[in-house]
Amino acid sequence: MSAPSGSTSGSSAADKAKRERPLSPHLQIYKPQITSVTSILHRATGVALALGLFVLGWGLIALASGEGSYAVFKDFWGSIFGMILLFGWSFAFFYHFCCGLRHLVMDTGRMMDIKGMYKAAYITYAGALVLTMGTWIVYFACSGY
Amino acid sequence: MTMKWTSGGMKSPLSRARGLGSAKSGSHHWMMQRVTAVSNAVLGLWFVWSVLTLANADYAIVRDWLAAPVNAILMILFVISSYYHAVLGLQVVTEDYVHCEGLKVIKLMGQKLLYTGLGVACVFAVLKVAL
Repeated sequence: MSAPSGSTSGSSAADKAKRERPLSPHLQIYKPQITSVTSILHRATGVALALGLFVLGWGLIALASGEGSYAVFKDFWGSIFGMILLFGWSFAFFYHFCCGLRHLVMDTGRMMDIKGMYKAAYITYAGALVLTMGTWIVYFACSGY
Repeated sequence: MTMKWTSGGMKSPLSRARGLGSAKSGSHHWMMQRVTAVSNAVLGLWFVWSVLTLANADYAIVRDWLAAPVNAILMILFVISSYYHAVLGLQVVTEDYVHCEGLKVIKLMGQKLLYTGLGVACVFAVLKVAL
């Protein structure tokens, strides 16, 4: 913003002070804390899952299109590369699931203090890991590995 | 969604002059995010379980599974619920991180149109298999 033409020395000093005002440090300055990491992971997994909906769309449309289209879909997601991606998405799903439940609990005003926050965060991490591992154990057990 | 052409009686004179400000839909967005979160939690577990059991199945078996009314209905509900929830979530992310007003409106519209289009395509695909 340009300074007004008739500015006095006082207002230009104010302009200077405004220009050099301290800025709040941005995200990467802070040490990661359980509060911020839990929140950021919820958002990151949410975006990943939103992208995963394209895979759901691909699968449903392939299924409706015929056997050939479905074979392409199944071959891609059954490959090692596809399974690694699906593993990531399964973790994203279960993390977002657990953290979403945590948010619903927090909406009722519970677990808002520091102690409750830590407890809820650790339950979220543990729940996400257990559910992800459990899903893949069931998958490999049913697949006869 | 902050858009320049929204008008509302609850705006402060300054926000009205700027053309920005409350569109009075904040609580509706918040509430629908919770409603779809609850439905996603239930339907999502059903979906993961279904994928798990059908992952190695042949085309005909998967098709027959989706053609069953219960599965078709649950799948359509899951598509609507998850796509709606995704659009609400992506909207907040876009509003937080995209600071250029024009780009933000384009991205918000793009997300809504893309997910609406693909969501309708998903529902059509399920109906094509099931009916």
